[in-house]
Amino acid sequence: MNRRAAVLVVNGLLVGLAVIALFPLLWMVSVSFMPTGAASTLPPPLLPAAPTLANYRELFGRVGMGRYLLNSLVISTAITLGSLALNLMAGYAFSKLQFVGRERLFKALIGALVIPSQVAMMPLFLLLKNLGLINTYGGVIVPALAGIFGIYLVRQYAQSIPDELLEAARVDGAGELLIFTRIVLPLLKPIVITLAIFTFLGSWNDFMWPLIVLTDQGLQTLPVALASLSREHVQDNELMMAGSVVTVLPVLALFLALQRHYIDGLLLGSVKG
Amino acid sequence: MNARLAAWGFVIPAVAIIAVFFLLPVMGALALSFTDFDLYALADLRNLRFVGLHNYERLLETALFWQALGNTLYFVAVGVPLSIGMSLGAALLLNSSVTRATAFFRTALFAPVVTTLVAVAVIWRYLFHTRYGLVNYALGMAHVAPVDWLGNPHWAMPTIILFAVWKNFGYNMVIFMAGLQAIPRELYEAARIDGASGWRQFLHVTVPMLGPTLSLVAILTMAGYFQLFAEPYVMTEGGPLQSTLSVLYFMFNEGFKWWNLGAASAVAFLLFAPIFLVTAVLLRLARSREVA
Repeated sequence: MNRRAAVLVVNGLLVGLAVIALFPLLWMVSVSFMPTGAASTLPPPLLPAAPTLANYRELFGRVGMGRYLLNSLVISTAITLGSLALNLMAGYAFSKLQFVGRERLFKALIGALVIPSQVAMMPLFLLLKNLGLINTYGGVIVPALAGIFGIYLVRQYAQSIPDELLEAARVDGAGELLIFTRIVLPLLKPIVITLAIFTFLGSWNDFMWPLIVLTDQGLQTLPVALASLSREHVQDNELMMAGSVVTVLPVLALFLALQRHYIDGLLLGSVKG
Repeated sequence: MNARLAAWGFVIPAVAIIAVFFLLPVMGALALSFTDFDLYALADLRNLRFVGLHNYERLLETALFWQALGNTLYFVAVGVPLSIGMSLGAALLLNSSVTRATAFFRTALFAPVVTTLVAVAVIWRYLFHTRYGLVNYALGMAHVAPVDWLGNPHWAMPTIILFAVWKNFGYNMVIFMAGLQAIPRELYEAARIDGASGWRQFLHVTVPMLGPTLSLVAILTMAGYFQLFAEPYVMTEGGPLQSTLSVLYFMFNEGFKWWNLGAASAVAFLLFAPIFLVTAVLLRLARSREVA
């Protein structure tokens, strides 16, 4: 095959794949601007004839999407900040601080990494019920406040911090907390960003556990609310597309802004895992 | 002394959360699966009885459980190879020396991975709508009769598989790209000098060099695909005729719809204990080979 034909075939195939990957997302945006019923005609329209914001007005007015958006924001932000703090501290300690049983404890955690979290769901529900956390933000946030994968990522990254740097600070009389906040954290900055975007996207998109814990409608996150709305409004495609836009847009924008960090984390976690 | 105490202070909060809210419940699930924990026990713990292996015995006699297991195996057996094939194909295209705008294509193909599953499942449900869906419209232009994608028991699972592949293939694609870039160029040079065609270079250089990555990806993808739940929950509610009911969906219904938490725990163990063991063993094998 000559080079020009190869250029054509390879790039042509990629354009085809890109169309398949992006078309559903672009069409979602387009339909969300159509008036009710406009998308249920033949042939299916590609672009709105008369773009309207009516679906978004109804979503944030009558349907109360603002509340779900707020729930998702609060829960994802709390999980991200809390688990960052705990995972960073633990990952750093597993890498750089000395304590009895360090390696054994870490090995045990890594061993548990393959256990699917769904196994824990029934007893976890009962435990949270006893703690009074069912139907509260806490029921989703608290169990997610630390994660084995996050600790693992931080530990790997912290290995590159030179011990001499920490020793010098100790000789100068700095306490461990001061060393962590002033010296270690700045050095861990790239992994902090990576872990933050990973955690935020993960908790934003999470579905099964919030579905179980948040039965009170006023507390539901966007995916949970969208799933139940899509059962009630089976015919109302335009409204559902607008709901999907509101749900997907924040994470898609975050990914596009911090893409490099996200891909770095993905590779760190899977290839070397 | 002080430093040692500080070290525990750094580790304990995270480890305590994981122990209390993950490891403890995992062990609790095993205990729970030997009880008849149901709605009555939920109201009053005195109604709780130890029933030994009764939950497991009853499950093995339940036709719906076997159907859910069959559906899940179908999803895994077709979905995983399809997904990995797509990922590898896309990675090879992106890694080709003649590719223009690699960064754009990589981002575009990866975009579905970061989207919210529930939201894009709602879009797909609409795309595959029997009457107004674009898919049937496009098929109609090619004179193919409309298909009732999500309403026909034969088509519902294939539609969900297509959706899952679309949503996930970008993830492994990125991993394969990194693997391909790590293959030394000299190997291809040498193969070319020996007169190897593009296809033979792929078979004798790319595949063996990518081997360890390929097996890791296959194991992890398989473990992930066994956890099918949200796709049928949103797109079909497990129907039609239970043809898209997965084991995890079955567990969800048993546990959180009918509140048979004991039986649901038995479901979790019947599905996940074998998967966990197989995953752990395969991972160990794959990694030891990688090191060797």
